[in-house]
Amino acid sequence: MKYETQRVAYPFFAVAMALFALQIIFGIMAATVYIMPEFLAEAMPFHIMRMSHTNLLVVWLLIGFMGCTYYLMPEEAEQEIHSPMIAYVQLAIFAVAGAGALVSYQLGIHEGREFLEQPLWSKILITVSFLMFLYNTSLTLMKGRKTAINLVLMLGLWLAAVFWLFAFFNPSNLAVDKLYWWWVVHLWVEGVWELIMASLLAYLLIKMTGVDREIIEKWLYVIIGLALFSGLLGTGHHYYWIGAPGYWQPLSSIFSTLEVLPFFAMVMFAFFMFWKGRRNHPNKSAMLWTLGSATLAFFGAGVWGFMHTLSFINYYTHGTQVTAAHGHLAFFGAYVMMILAVITYAMPQLRRVQPYNQILNMWSFWLMSSAMCFMTFTLTFAGVVQTHLQRVMGMNYMAVQEQLQLFYVMRLGSGVLVAIAAIVFFVAVFGPAKEQASASSVAAQ
Amino acid sequence: MSEVLTRSAARNIFYGGSLFFFLLFAALTAHTHWYMVTVSTDSEGLTESVKRGKHVWEENSCINCHSILGEGAYFAPELGNVWTRYGGRENAEAARAGIKAWIRAQPLNIPGRRVMPNFNLDEEELDALVDFLKWTDSIDTQGWPPTPAG
Repeated sequence: MKYETQRVAYPFFAVAMALFALQIIFGIMAATVYIMPEFLAEAMPFHIMRMSHTNLLVVWLLIGFMGCTYYLMPEEAEQEIHSPMIAYVQLAIFAVAGAGALVSYQLGIHEGREFLEQPLWSKILITVSFLMFLYNTSLTLMKGRKTAINLVLMLGLWLAAVFWLFAFFNPSNLAVDKLYWWWVVHLWVEGVWELIMASLLAYLLIKMTGVDREIIEKWLYVIIGLALFSGLLGTGHHYYWIGAPGYWQPLSSIFSTLEVLPFFAMVMFAFFMFWKGRRNHPNKSAMLWTLGSATLAFFGAGVWGFMHTLSFINYYTHGTQVTAAHGHLAFFGAYVMMILAVITYAMPQLRRVQPYNQILNMWSFWLMSSAMCFMTFTLTFAGVVQTHLQRVMGMNYMAVQEQLQLFYVMRLGSGVLVAIAAIVFFVAVFGPAKEQASASSVAAQ
Repeated sequence: MSEVLTRSAARNIFYGGSLFFFLLFAALTAHTHWYMVTVSTDSEGLTESVKRGKHVWEENSCINCHSILGEGAYFAPELGNVWTRYGGRENAEAARAGIKAWIRAQPLNIPGRRVMPNFNLDEEELDALVDFLKWTDSIDTQGWPPTPAG
């Protein structure tokens, strides 16, 4: 840690991980309802668990992105953070907005559009906090060195803020509502968030492989170019069946198929740089999360996305468990793992110790990744069976769901494993630093 | 790639290309907006009651169990075509009565069955909600869903 203000990242990581833990708890509760339908039916109906689960994910990922930005910006800009005080205040505001929304959900107070359930006051606080964050980090960037990494990162964050404004626009025509709702949801996760992810990936690879910045930053521009060239028109794969014109079907079938490319490029990029790199970085577990993130993002977002993106396939699979399968692995690979990679990389430096608890952290990696993959497989099988019974044979929805019970049991089991893996991760990262890096790897550093 | 493409060339392609695709996407969105309000949805039938029904739909977060036009939580049946499923296109009165009675009858208390809470909707809210679902059913969705099961 070269710059004192990188410490600002620490509380962001801590809050993000606390909310990650809560997200998993709500997820397990919701998965339990699939198996025991009466579970908490009166105290906390399914819709409250579900909005808590999805909202916590989005809020903690955003706080995680902020922490990552505060951590890498001083090194990239060669400049201390403009104001640590603003950072702490905006974290507090964001945490109040997120936690406040979560508490209000339990009281049945919420807005009604999926993922945008935050009450208006919470949305406004989120906006205020995010603008303070952008002000603070942009000022740091303007005073300092501009690299492809910090420019692309800030571009992604600014565009995320711009598209967020569509969350305040709720037309009374349901079709038009959906049209612009995707301007937040799709343009975030299949658009500008990919800029954030790719720049974090590039940062980690520069630090850990020692490959030339020139080469890595060129890859970065190629990757984010592929992401936006495909992802913008790819938005239309959500416009097939909501009252939009028919031309979206051929157009977005093609462009959203191309959405695989940036993820393919990212996984190639990560492994090429890893093999090419001369540096033998002692933080092996951070490297593992980095490569794992690129890999599972490719499968979750790329392959699983492609699986049901062609309009003539999506006609049958749209709105089945296939979508749930894709959603889980895509978010996990692309965003959850990338933030866990940065945390794993940054924490030893924030705590001013050598990389520690590496084995424990790697256990967490393998357990969490394989549990998430297994969850994705079970939901995929559930989705395929559901598609056939309901969409091809026309069986009644509830009757079909009874046929999927076994898959839901296995999904709950994999969710419990994810929870265990998360606990192992928290202990490895925040717990006592038990082990030093081996002497050889320290020497290589 | 190292010789044929420099970093600044890659950067320029990114900015230029992204701007181009964004403008194209924005133009198609504008056309789609126009198409929705003039062709695929019933703008004249978008009455105050339909709008109120959408608010009822949102206030009770129906989307976090059900799906509508395939988007939502997949925990409970698709409701974009529930009007068709209840035979509303043949007998509107019976469909309206049937949907309202179903919502009022919740929770059904059938062991082992997923539980829909009772949201204590009054007569006016129920009628508005049914108007909203009926209006949604009339959207031209390019033939989706494939079967009435939703």
